[in-house]
Amino acid sequence: MSTLKVAGLRATIAANGADVLRGVDLEINSGEVHALMGPNGSGKSTLSHTLMGSAEYEVQGGSVTLDGEELLGLPTYQRAARGLFVAMQYPVEIPGVRLADFLEAALTGAGRSTDDLDARLAAEAERLGVADRFLRRGVNVEFSGGEQKRLETLQLAVLAPKFAILDEIDSGLDVDALRDVSRRVEAMTQERGLGVLAITHYARLLTELRPDRVHVLMGGRVVASGGPELAEQLERTGYEGLAAELGVEETIAPASVPDDPFADPGF
Amino acid sequence: MTSTAFTPDAARALGGPAWLSDRRVAAAEQLAALEWPTSSEEIWRYSRVDDFDLERYRPADAETLGPPGDERAPGGGPLAAEAGERAALVVVRDGRVVHSDLDEALERKGVRVCGIATCEESEVRGWLGVCSDASPDAFTVLHDAFLAGGAFVHVPAGVVIDQPIVVLHWAEGDGLASFPHTLVVADENSEVTVVDRFSSSAKHHLVDAVVELHVAQAARVRYLSIQDHAPTTWHVALQRAHVARDASLRSSAVALGGDYARLRSESLLSGVGAESDLLAVYYGDHGQMLDFRTLQDHAAPNTRSDLLFKGAVEDRARSVYSGLIHIREAAQKSVAFQTNRNLVLTEGAGAESIPNLVIEANDVKCSHASTVGPIDEDQLYYLESRGVSPEDAERLIVLGFFDDVFDRLPVPSLVRTLRHAVSEKLGRLHA
Repeated sequence: MSTLKVAGLRATIAANGADVLRGVDLEINSGEVHALMGPNGSGKSTLSHTLMGSAEYEVQGGSVTLDGEELLGLPTYQRAARGLFVAMQYPVEIPGVRLADFLEAALTGAGRSTDDLDARLAAEAERLGVADRFLRRGVNVEFSGGEQKRLETLQLAVLAPKFAILDEIDSGLDVDALRDVSRRVEAMTQERGLGVLAITHYARLLTELRPDRVHVLMGGRVVASGGPELAEQLERTGYEGLAAELGVEETIAPASVPDDPFADPGF
Repeated sequence: MTSTAFTPDAARALGGPAWLSDRRVAAAEQLAALEWPTSSEEIWRYSRVDDFDLERYRPADAETLGPPGDERAPGGGPLAAEAGERAALVVVRDGRVVHSDLDEALERKGVRVCGIATCEESEVRGWLGVCSDASPDAFTVLHDAFLAGGAFVHVPAGVVIDQPIVVLHWAEGDGLASFPHTLVVADENSEVTVVDRFSSSAKHHLVDAVVELHVAQAARVRYLSIQDHAPTTWHVALQRAHVARDASLRSSAVALGGDYARLRSESLLSGVGAESDLLAVYYGDHGQMLDFRTLQDHAAPNTRSDLLFKGAVEDRARSVYSGLIHIREAAQKSVAFQTNRNLVLTEGAGAESIPNLVIEANDVKCSHASTVGPIDEDQLYYLESRGVSPEDAERLIVLGFFDDVFDRLPVPSLVRTLRHAVSEKLGRLHA
């Protein structure tokens, strides 16, 4: 049984100092599925990449612990080695670098076995409906949105982390792909106790990936937490409606939206 | 240009057949009046030619080189073991052929693989210099003046050679200048793969090389040059191909070594339907400069050329890519592409990329692309998020960057070794 605990996490965008996360608290245990919902600009993606240690964000305070060990301050690859994984919303194309090449480097670097890596990849590919050719070319190169997300899920399955953050894994997915990906993630939560933080804009994902807990992120804070009924409430009221009910004034972190060069200057 | 060592007398003294000696002396007599190039000329822009001092070198004498045809490296010497499977092997030391062998079955088919200084005059003389004379510069004149030998490969019409013909150019004399030459003649509808490997011992040495590729009608030539000189060697080479009607050239270069190493690679598409692919991988480290000047010269209709040069530099290394697609008025319906991509791995390293087009025909398809930049941070982050260390991530991305060129190299059996050589250089980046 493992616990990922985020406490009072504050972070800014390194490039412009925008204050995006303003005290996020979350606690996820092995085998649990948590959904984190929020409008565009609320800080959802910032949270996933701050947890993973992206240089694009600067931590200003708080802590992130995995079974009591502080992750903040560790380089990204060591966070991964401790058991954290982010399925990216926009997986980057890396020409000439095949899945097996870097997964082997990752597993070897963490002192784990690569003995049956090819067989594991082939088995997972079959299970996720990933054609063999996607394993043989540069990762994500000219993949469709659906293919990218299946490949992210495949890597999640092979790396078998303790906790997975799924950053808008439902974006760009058709219904079939969404179902395949959700079934695979669900199986991992049940079979090996994977803890999941599923970040999404839409309730659609949550009908496939049934969450134990739902959190709403607005203005860089978790403003509401509850059971699956919270997602249903959001469906009815929308983010604006929920914000009004909760008395939340800023639904997005104010400086995270770039200045609009075409805005009326007001004179 | 005045030189105390590179005189007509020194050129004459190298021995060999009278026709070759006379050819040398004629070139040597031009040297005194020759203006040495400077970096103010466009073709030498960004180069290190201003640092060049011929006085630091001397030509080999006949005694050092040994007589032409003398088998000084029986069996090809220690390098032969690395040459892999081949149809023929020529070993050239300091510009003189010291070993040559050829598969007997091919010899019976009329294939010729021999030294330029020892072949029958009637076989080689008419071909020597035909390509390089069409694009001379000061270094080719110097080359002609001290050309002691080199490899001659002639494939008769219709003969297909499956295994590569390997030429090992080894430079070892301290303070010497040597003048390796590879002359390939592929007759009509023949097919051949030639590998030139240029290497040197850790001495001050100037390698002034010329490679000529004659690709006759409907012939198919695949060519790979590997340059892995010691870091004290200066290498200045011209490679020029003449590609006839319906013929194809697939030329590739892997440049890893040398202090200043320059390759001018030109392909003239002289016949209708001729095509050429020019590929290169280069990796510079320490204080190296790797310098490439390319020309895709379309002189006939319906010709096609493609160029893909990819390089990486680290430390204080510099690279230059300057390439021209020239589509002449007669070359209607031609297609030409040119792509140069560079990774600058550390601060202090630098890459210049200057693609150019000159189009004189009005119905052609042409494009060029060039990039210079560091490794993409998003790619690094992606791999690191999977648990790959930053060092491994960088190595994987750089090797992956070169992959599409490696995949197209004409001798697949050498790709593993070459990829490993790049990987070794990368390993030193973090050492």
